[in-house]
Amino acid sequence: MGEIAVRAGGQAGDGIASIGESIARCFSRMGLHVFGFNAYQSVIRGGHVWFQARASDTRPYSQGDAADVLYALDRASVEIHASGLRPGGTVIYDPEKFPVAATDLPAGVRGLPVPTLQIARKYTSQSILQNAGGIGAAAYVAGIPLDLLHQVLTDSFGKKAGDIVDWNLGASKDGYEFASKNASVNDRALSRRGAPKLLMTGNQAIGLGAAAAGCKFLAQYPMTPASSIMHWLAAHSRSLGIVVKQAEDELAAIHMAIGASFAGVRSMTATSGGGFSLMVEALGMAGMTETPVVVVESQRSGPSTGLPTKTEQGDLNLMLGAGQGEFPRAILAPSHPKEAYAATVRAFQLAEDWQTPILVASDLHLSENFATVDREEIDLAVEIPSLYTVEPNGHEYRRYQYTESGVSPRALPGQAGLQFIAGSDEHDEKGHLISDIKSGIPLWVAERQRMMDKRMHKLSGLVRAALPPEREGPADAPLTFVAWGSTVGAIRDARAELDAAGRTTNLLAFPTVYPLDPDRVRAAFAATRKTLLVEANFSGQFGRLLRAEAGVVPSERLLKYDGEPFYPHEIVARAIEVMSHGGK
Amino acid sequence: MAESKPAPLPASMGTPLPVVGKSSIRPTWCPGCGDFGVVAGVEMALKRLGIPSHNVVIVSGIGCSSNLPHFLSAYGFHGVHGRALPVAEGIRWGNHGLTVIGTGGDGDGFGIGVGHFVHSMRRNVDLTYVTMDNEIYGLTTGQASPTSTLGHRTKSTPTGVIENPIDPIALALASGATYVARGFSGDVKHLTDLVAGGIQHKGFSFVDVLSPCVTYNKINTFDFFRQRVYKLESAGHDPADIVKAWERSLEWGDKIPIGLFYRTDRPTYEDLEEVLSAGPLAQQRAGIVDRASLLDEFV
Repeated sequence: MGEIAVRAGGQAGDGIASIGESIARCFSRMGLHVFGFNAYQSVIRGGHVWFQARASDTRPYSQGDAADVLYALDRASVEIHASGLRPGGTVIYDPEKFPVAATDLPAGVRGLPVPTLQIARKYTSQSILQNAGGIGAAAYVAGIPLDLLHQVLTDSFGKKAGDIVDWNLGASKDGYEFASKNASVNDRALSRRGAPKLLMTGNQAIGLGAAAAGCKFLAQYPMTPASSIMHWLAAHSRSLGIVVKQAEDELAAIHMAIGASFAGVRSMTATSGGGFSLMVEALGMAGMTETPVVVVESQRSGPSTGLPTKTEQGDLNLMLGAGQGEFPRAILAPSHPKEAYAATVRAFQLAEDWQTPILVASDLHLSENFATVDREEIDLAVEIPSLYTVEPNGHEYRRYQYTESGVSPRALPGQAGLQFIAGSDEHDEKGHLISDIKSGIPLWVAERQRMMDKRMHKLSGLVRAALPPEREGPADAPLTFVAWGSTVGAIRDARAELDAAGRTTNLLAFPTVYPLDPDRVRAAFAATRKTLLVEANFSGQFGRLLRAEAGVVPSERLLKYDGEPFYPHEIVARAIEVMSHGGK
Repeated sequence: MAESKPAPLPASMGTPLPVVGKSSIRPTWCPGCGDFGVVAGVEMALKRLGIPSHNVVIVSGIGCSSNLPHFLSAYGFHGVHGRALPVAEGIRWGNHGLTVIGTGGDGDGFGIGVGHFVHSMRRNVDLTYVTMDNEIYGLTTGQASPTSTLGHRTKSTPTGVIENPIDPIALALASGATYVARGFSGDVKHLTDLVAGGIQHKGFSFVDVLSPCVTYNKINTFDFFRQRVYKLESAGHDPADIVKAWERSLEWGDKIPIGLFYRTDRPTYEDLEEVLSAGPLAQQRAGIVDRASLLDEFV
């Protein structure tokens, strides 16, 4: 596959993400597939941030390992990123800000000094235009047509009228022309490949999926990396008819969502591990009252506040165990925005079908980074059934009626004659408490067990509804990767590299991490030779789950918990080690 | 079918829809508990207003008093400790055609749930919150509550409470509640008026009810309150005057005011949330209507 990657680095507040997004959007409009990686810190100004826009004629599933163009806004960016450039690469910088000597750069990489400040001064004395010349130069070297860059910049300014747009167009053109006279287009540059693609983050895809699935209510408390779900839905609240409520805390957020759901509205909340920890009791209440709710848990590095702007898959145990006692739940684990869209739609359907909380496990790497999807991959025409499924029929209504599936007829407040109490205490079929004067009395001891059995029976239904592990690659490969969530992306890229090197592997990805169907999991593992579990956490939490649920144990592990996502080269190296030497 | 149909409204089958009455469940409170007076007051208020029972949702948390929803014939949500209000808010926003009443105790509302109490008042959500304030934790067998008075000896404070009690009325006034009242479960008729007024009031209505725990609170008894309470309306209090309301809220001693402290009109959260202007959320169309243009923003 052909690929080219443009990286921009500088300090928080320099506009790095906006440079990166503009370049990424140029690529996606060229019809190329893109992965846009935004690396930032928990500061608003200063520090070091960088963005990599990686474009390819086949879909890149990760940030990749190297770049071809580096636009360095400060000296630190050269020091940190020059070694990440491939031969033939270019470092764009402004010599008025800092010098770059040839000895600062790896062999085969050249510097391109662009007078960005001088260009900016042509248009304005304000310091708002410094990046435009650099973006223009980067676009030239990356093979992006100037008219396309100008369209993207114009669109990104939106309705902001006036000089600022013209200045940016002028300055970026100057940078572009300067580069065309002083540098050449990178050999890896790609040409247009057809229709523009959609570029979105995992969180945007989750918001879109919620809207398509009929979500009418989101309550959320700000927490990185889940906040942009709320931002996207809030921006579309009126046009989509979705109430978006920023709650006073995560306790309120999930209880509001459960309340709205009880009232007959498809509802969601989203958070990261810290906020999810506060939601734990409510999750059980949704399970006990059999009220559907969708909870997005976008993980970041823990424990405690951890690394707020860095990724991890460390909350699986928490998601599995959240809540006192036992109740049915499912945990869906998309790995790419297109999967995040579909998983969110599915989460709403499962929550409604099984009247229980459903979790969507994301993480910072999926939630906040950009990837391209084709329009056809996002089917917004989702069938949304009516929630009114039971009518008064003259018989006594039993909200928690025993049924074969465990799912009972659900009335909604406002329906005459179907009044019931949704109780967080244990209750009988009618919803009457059996927690006080009845508890411990033999008849009600049996009733309690029967009601637990009824609720937990829904878990069998969720097992049947679970998407089975998906195998990618030939069945007889000597090595099988085992993974869930965003980690799957880097493995896909690593597999492509291994294939190119003549090393065949396959991948077992788990779009549903819980509940697992033990038979299917065992069958999938039975066909494997060596297995390599890849997870972004310390203890191999999914490996433990596989062992507990299905009795399968991956033979090798690659675990990472430094806050960074997996890079394909790390996975390639470990795979080669395992394949060559039989592991550690 | 891509969008959900508006909800079909159930047929009334030719007979008037029943208003809220008692359910088939008998209260499990201790004989003589103040909460009997409160459930009677809530029931009578709803009856007086003639609201059909299927359009009422009573939401509670955990504690003796939070069992209240089970004893009436309305819809109910008996949630977890301290979280009645966010559930009640969610229900209101999910279907603001419903009459929503939050109920619970002082531990539920002013201890574990006090954050929600403050925020739901500043939002002026249109619901009625009735607390049964007995100044003690009853269901956990007698520990100090956030409203226990200084020096109150309980199982958790054997040498007496050393924290200043929360003043729910003053807190409600400070937080922006638009209907602030105090009732006494020993005067059900008066309490009924306050609850009915709260339900009719458009905005957050708070009725804190002095509701003695006959088992665990030997200080704040029916007699204690009977000797002290007086009615604000008989004392010429003007509930439109917030300064006077503040002054009255500070009275707690030989004389304890009951009645309506403060009432004002302010747009509710539901009034200001534009999405709700199209009708109850539960009956609005769900799903994405304008599909093509929504994806254009990602190009």
